[in-house]
Amino acid sequence: MSVLVLLEQRGELKNCALEAATAARKIAAKAGMELNAVYIGRALEQNVAQLKGFGIAKVYAYENEKLGHYSSDGYVPIVRDLAKELGAKVVIGSASSVGKEFCASVAARLGVELVQEAVELDWDNGLVAKKPVFAGKIVSDIRIKSEPAMASLRPNVTAIEREGDGVPEVVKRDMPALDLRSVIKNVAQAAAGTVELTEAKIVCSGGRGLGDPKNFELIRELCTVLGAALGASRATVDAGWIHHSHQVGQTGKVVSPDLYIAVGISGAIQHQAGMRTSRIIVAINKDPEANIFKICDYGIVGDLFEVVPILTAEAKKVLAG
Amino acid sequence: MKIAVLMKRVPDTASVLKITPDNKSVDMANLKFVMSPYDEHAIEEALKIREAGKATEVIVFTVGPEGSQETIRTALAMGADRAVFVKEDPSRFNSKGIAEMLAAAVKTEGPELVFAGKQAVDDDASQVPERVAELLDLPHASIVTKFELNGRAATVEREIEGGSYTVEVPLPALFTMQKGINTPRYPTLPNIMKAKKKEIKEFSLADLGLDAAKLVSGLEVSGMSLPRANRLNKILDGDSTERVKKLLTILREEEKVL
Repeated sequence: MSVLVLLEQRGELKNCALEAATAARKIAAKAGMELNAVYIGRALEQNVAQLKGFGIAKVYAYENEKLGHYSSDGYVPIVRDLAKELGAKVVIGSASSVGKEFCASVAARLGVELVQEAVELDWDNGLVAKKPVFAGKIVSDIRIKSEPAMASLRPNVTAIEREGDGVPEVVKRDMPALDLRSVIKNVAQAAAGTVELTEAKIVCSGGRGLGDPKNFELIRELCTVLGAALGASRATVDAGWIHHSHQVGQTGKVVSPDLYIAVGISGAIQHQAGMRTSRIIVAINKDPEANIFKICDYGIVGDLFEVVPILTAEAKKVLAG
Repeated sequence: MKIAVLMKRVPDTASVLKITPDNKSVDMANLKFVMSPYDEHAIEEALKIREAGKATEVIVFTVGPEGSQETIRTALAMGADRAVFVKEDPSRFNSKGIAEMLAAAVKTEGPELVFAGKQAVDDDASQVPERVAELLDLPHASIVTKFELNGRAATVEREIEGGSYTVEVPLPALFTMQKGINTPRYPTLPNIMKAKKKEIKEFSLADLGLDAAKLVSGLEVSGMSLPRANRLNKILDGDSTERVKKLLTILREEEKVL
């Protein structure tokens, strides 16, 4: 009887892996089960200290240079076989872009159901998950009854918590024979200093109120000062003002930062779906009737072309002091 | 070479949703249904390949209740050649069961490529295409933003946090499409007319050799809720500089988010 957590890495352990470990520890403690972890990728040595304080008994390490990046052919059979070998009752992963693909494939191979993008996981005589559906317009409470019960946790919604300094025992496993059909030819990383939307603590987004694609520069400057990720409304993406990877909303990314600043965004239901779980929402818009003011914590009714440069300048002073 | 496209109809993304009185499902009455937006990208990409002479047929696959024909016709009017319709109410099942139905249906056609949207924007289950790939033992890649066919393999760009992977995947294979890969076409009037004559092959679960009882899932929705608004809605006053200063003080000292 055990809980198995899948630790996502890209050279180093990702924050979402430590978030999943935090959630998995809580479940294992409540269920009275042992918590184990599986790590696939480059050598674990320099990462293992990071696994201190999660109550992980053993981390099963499958180390292989070729699996430094995700490969479904490489990763999926390992976890399928390990979950069976350990008799895992619960398997927890991360709902990152590769994590979702990974969990879906593992669930298929184990022949069990899976809840992706859970925002909360708990144990109540079985695994229960809170999962946003319709991009967060509705939250569903789901009891996961298949065995092992499987869920992936949405990144950036669980605070990483450590207790004590217990370090897991590393169990090095031989790599099974690899038959990798797909091959990664290139890895492109966004420019240094760019903050990923779904992992950001602060997001500043621009909407149609910017009037012109070049005015996204105003938002970019604010992002630089705040260390924020840049978001955008669907209208601006559809108009070709900015790349779709910045879109926040039902057909874009779902973000839950500590602070979301919406600039010149009216707050269509489509957009709200992508940002309503943010902790604090600030709206800057010249239209006092805009929907965004109904869902914000703090609002400034005013001309963004006047307010945003002042905000950028003042924030710079405040943060420097 | 055949291309299969997995498609789902979903409530229009502009819909205001209500929860049923038992608090366990979304009230689907009186909703307008559309094709899940990411599936439009999957169909568009398939059509581009056929138009480049690299595929012979684009076949749309869907699991849905009576009434799904309208959305299927939209796919056919975009240019898909024909459709395979597993007539079954998907709300009785979860991803595992739906994937088994789709895999069984796709198998009847033996396509070299299977495309799907990266997720359906209703239940956001985000797993059915990958499950289909595993059930059919196909290599796969998700969240694809660029697709190129090179003979017996495809070279694709797939999104990861803060970047992308370029992956070479041998065919037959499955891919899920992300917005940005292309601009889906609108059906033209002549194509809407033509679509009426295209074939929609219907399958029941029995036709596919499947038993509904074995497909029913291990997930139980115990409740649904609308997220609480619960926001402060505090509009700041003063001139622009004063308001900005007030805002920064609040964000730093009260909310501690800066």
